[in-house]
Amino acid sequence: MGDGLAGRASELVRPYRAVLASRVRAQRAYRASFRADLFGTAVVGLTELAEVVVLFSAANGTLGGLDLMQALLVFGLAELAFSNADMLFGHVDSLARQVRSGTVDILYLRPQPLLAQLVTSDISLRRVGRSALAVVVLVVALVVNDVDWGPRAVALLAMSLVCGFAIFCANFVTAGGLQFFLLNAQEVTNAFVYGGRHASTQPATVWVRSITVIFGFVFPMAFCAYLPAMLLLGEPGAEWLPAWLGWYAPAAAAWAWTVALLAWRAGVRHYQGGGG
Amino acid sequence: MSGTTSDTIVEVRGLSRDFRVRDGLKVRRLTAVDRMTWSIAAGEAVGYIGANGAGKSTTIKMLAGILVPTAGDVHTCGLRPVKDRKKLARRIGVVFGQRSQLWWDLPVRESFGILAAIHSLSRARERARTDELVETLDMGDYLGTPVRQLSLGQRMRAEVAAALLHRPQLLILDEPTIGLDVLSKQRLREFLVRERAEHGTTLLLTTHDMGDVERLCDRVLVVDHGRLAYDGSLDGLGRTVGAERVLVVDLAEPCAELAVPGARHLRSEGGGLRQHLAFDPAATTAARVLAAVSEQADVLDLTIAEPAVEDVVRRIYERATTSSS
Repeated sequence: MGDGLAGRASELVRPYRAVLASRVRAQRAYRASFRADLFGTAVVGLTELAEVVVLFSAANGTLGGLDLMQALLVFGLAELAFSNADMLFGHVDSLARQVRSGTVDILYLRPQPLLAQLVTSDISLRRVGRSALAVVVLVVALVVNDVDWGPRAVALLAMSLVCGFAIFCANFVTAGGLQFFLLNAQEVTNAFVYGGRHASTQPATVWVRSITVIFGFVFPMAFCAYLPAMLLLGEPGAEWLPAWLGWYAPAAAAWAWTVALLAWRAGVRHYQGGGG
Repeated sequence: MSGTTSDTIVEVRGLSRDFRVRDGLKVRRLTAVDRMTWSIAAGEAVGYIGANGAGKSTTIKMLAGILVPTAGDVHTCGLRPVKDRKKLARRIGVVFGQRSQLWWDLPVRESFGILAAIHSLSRARERARTDELVETLDMGDYLGTPVRQLSLGQRMRAEVAAALLHRPQLLILDEPTIGLDVLSKQRLREFLVRERAEHGTTLLLTTHDMGDVERLCDRVLVVDHGRLAYDGSLDGLGRTVGAERVLVVDLAEPCAELAVPGARHLRSEGGGLRQHLAFDPAATTAARVLAAVSEQADVLDLTIAEPAVEDVVRRIYERATTSSS
């Protein structure tokens, strides 16, 4: 019985595994170029890190009630969750190009759900470079800062990394759904995909009210890094975004995915012309 | 398959599709497919022809579940394409001449392996079917070559094989021979004839090449501005519009106007060194015309021009408008 179930599960994932395995093989085939890509994404992450450091030194070491080391905890959490999401879901963001070239039609000819096919159609292994840098920053920040370690902190850390990842993934899917409508306006979706990433690496106390509403609740970026970091540090949080909200990251992730799937469904209906 | 639809592979009734087109600030409605009704029986080979923008691709997308019809019904393999898309994907194969379903950076063999996984073929079925297709399509030489390095002819054969890997009941080909050289076209056509004979696969193909229609199809649907303008045999189409093929011969010596039974002299060039002869393919054959020419002169070289699909469609359309007025 268990065997039959495992067999069916393996048959179910077989198409996705076959495609993904081929993508991994293809990327590893060119070793020199892959190493260069790894290095390149790490440099991108380093630039983002430098921006935070420069910002803090310009602000005499504190910004929004956080010092640099505390801010690096926010940065590390956000950066790791985003980079992992970008690795697995980043290409969903270039759907408009695939619609224009007609390759989306090919996905319709295969007996799997469209979104599942699209997500598993590629993987950007080179982003491992950026994730690795984020891990280093996160570990340093966790060691240097005064974190009250215990099962509660470990659970919180794990939960926020998973939920942050899910929220960033949802943003990519939302962007994909909207690109069925906005074939020539990827800038619109970039605003919340990359704007959201940027906002999530900063202390939410510096956000203006409108940003707080948009990235606190509409696209719940505050739940990826800022709120869990405040809980870990024992800080009170920001106005409208008290630290205890951090425990509700799973709810924020569920909300982000609800928005994402609705946007996706509307996009598909628009593409097929069935109203929507 | 069960029920009354077992003999009908495609059934289209009152099928329409509109598009909203933005024209400056105004939004216009454009009707790509206009109340079409027809059906295709299992095992048929149907040519679906029409000028650019006549609604061919839109129809195919509705048959495959990519587009939702604005009005009317469509059943493919007894299924409703949009609602049952995933089930339908296991029963049809589609080749879009202009876009690839292979992975450009992988060897052909690996693309087939992935597609076999996508269609949940068992190892044994995958092996048997791949071997069969590789042999009949003569792909053995380039199975290990990345798709991006293939010639167009090689790639098209691989595309057709990819669409047939899961043994679909219906194979839809959208401009399968576009851009192919004469030999590649010939190979592909021979294969399709054989595939149909051996597996009873139903064929529906859109094309600009009357040669495709002539060699592959026993029935033709002509669309014009989204409407069905003709439905019948190719012979009937030829008789209806009098579409002629043109034999162009280069002669060893200048010659007076050739008079060949069953053919019409169109014009001469180079003082009679090159002559154009039009003939009705329903009444005679290129070989017979050539034989008659050879009796009168020494032929060095020849080409045969097929009637253009656009020409055939235009004639049909003219006929329709003159007979109704």
